[in-house]
Amino acid sequence: MSVFAVDPLLAGEVGLEVLAVVLFKVLVVFVLLIVSVMLMIWAERKIISDMQNRIGPTRAGPWGILQTLADGLKLIFKEDLIPDNANRTVFKLAPLLTLVPAFLTFSIIPLGGDFTDKDGVISLFGNDTYLQLADPPIGLLLFLAMSSVAVYGIMLAGWSSGSKYPLLGSVRATSQMISYEAALGLTVAAVFLQSGSFSTHTIVSEQSVWQWNMWFTGFVPMAIFMIAATAELNRPPFDLVEAEQELVGGFHTEYSSIRFALFYLAEFMNTITISAIVVTIFLGGPNGPIFIDAVAWLWPILWFTVKLFALLFTFIWMRATLPRFRYDQLMDLGWKVLTPVALGWLLFLGARDVANDRGWNPVLVVGVAVTAFAVFGALLLRAVRMGKQVRELEEMRG
Amino acid sequence: MGYLNGFRVTFNKMFEDRVTTEYPEEKQEKPDRLHGRHVLNRYEDGMEKCIGCELCAAVCPAKCIYVRGKDNPPDDPVSPGERFGFVYEINYLRCIHCDLCVEACPTEAITESKLFEFSFSNRSDAIYTRDELIVDDDGRPQQMPWEDWRPPPDWA
Repeated sequence: MSVFAVDPLLAGEVGLEVLAVVLFKVLVVFVLLIVSVMLMIWAERKIISDMQNRIGPTRAGPWGILQTLADGLKLIFKEDLIPDNANRTVFKLAPLLTLVPAFLTFSIIPLGGDFTDKDGVISLFGNDTYLQLADPPIGLLLFLAMSSVAVYGIMLAGWSSGSKYPLLGSVRATSQMISYEAALGLTVAAVFLQSGSFSTHTIVSEQSVWQWNMWFTGFVPMAIFMIAATAELNRPPFDLVEAEQELVGGFHTEYSSIRFALFYLAEFMNTITISAIVVTIFLGGPNGPIFIDAVAWLWPILWFTVKLFALLFTFIWMRATLPRFRYDQLMDLGWKVLTPVALGWLLFLGARDVANDRGWNPVLVVGVAVTAFAVFGALLLRAVRMGKQVRELEEMRG
Repeated sequence: MGYLNGFRVTFNKMFEDRVTTEYPEEKQEKPDRLHGRHVLNRYEDGMEKCIGCELCAAVCPAKCIYVRGKDNPPDDPVSPGERFGFVYEINYLRCIHCDLCVEACPTEAITESKLFEFSFSNRSDAIYTRDELIVDDDGRPQQMPWEDWRPPPDWA
């Protein structure tokens, strides 16, 4: 077993054929992600216009499906501007720093494979392998690390532009992402507790057809993860980073041409990747009932796609519905609601596991946990109120 | 739960009718008082109504009308008055379709049609001359090659 993967493909000797299979998988995942980003942008524009009584893009291709391609081609032919005040190296690096993590994170997603009795192993050109690009033992930690690196992309983009609105945007981005990273990490920790592994493959195989982590962790971590992920992605209602009315374009104000396109691409790619992560860690990944044995390999991929689309639709739906948060509301929600609740819920899940191990009375454990929750919740609420009163008092004194 | 109601509203909107008119394929009826491009009218006997008084050019806020009047040739008068519009040009890159020229005209020689679908690719096309503005023998405007006259045509 190598450090890089526990994929059966790499278990034996790694020859030229194995290398070819890996390259093939890299190519497939790359193309798949690019194409799905294209479709995602189109779908988002279509669904948003549906929700606003409009029709959306109709001109490029049937139902406007090639609109993204047309936009991309147009952007490539635009002039690539670099402002005089910009730090040229960092300015050029920043779009890549947001794009590459999105690709890397997608490589740990199990896209298919029968997990009910074959442990997700499929046969590709006579080689047994997982239908995921890589299965590092640190799996989800890689995801957390990559989502943190993506923050640097946005932060450096704003900083290196050398003008004020991008800088304001990147300051917002940094504080917003750091605030929500805490809640995100704590909910992922709840999944670690449930599955006992960081490896995405193991997390999926721990779940089965209908037994998803979403139920076992009590739905709260998933809700918090979704909210925190929206904030991490800078999607509405948390798109303060690029709030048009206040910051022109936010961190990407000074970007044009292909570099702007890369930011745009990365944003949607991250949306898809994070939805795929939610599917993997909370919704059982490609797990699902298999109906026709002749095309048994197709069903897991189908279930994965269905779950992914449902989540993407939720993201689009949220964008169409919710107005943007004010900056202090954003911080309040992150620090005073999501982080304490995620932390409390993690403790609760831990207590549940310990109680199971030791054979404690479950009713008593739940009772104690609820009481502790109520007490600490009340204390926290009181602390928040006190802080507010003190601030108001100081403001009155001047 | 105000937020959740919002989700219901946006979801239900997906199944409602669209308000978009898909313009080149379908066209809305034009408003009664639409100000389109101008025409120079003629009397029923074919005489031009324009008497070359230049009031339209004087009143034009965008200064897009250029008129030069000239005495009618006695043997072959162009207009029933003393003078006629010898040169008459309207620059549609400047015209704001305010209709003041129509109001200023003492003989109703210049009026506005409801044509607005025209796009030119050079500046000389944008300047409509007297020959282009004048109505034909049936009293209808002449169609320029760069004008889109597809139905529903709707003349005032």
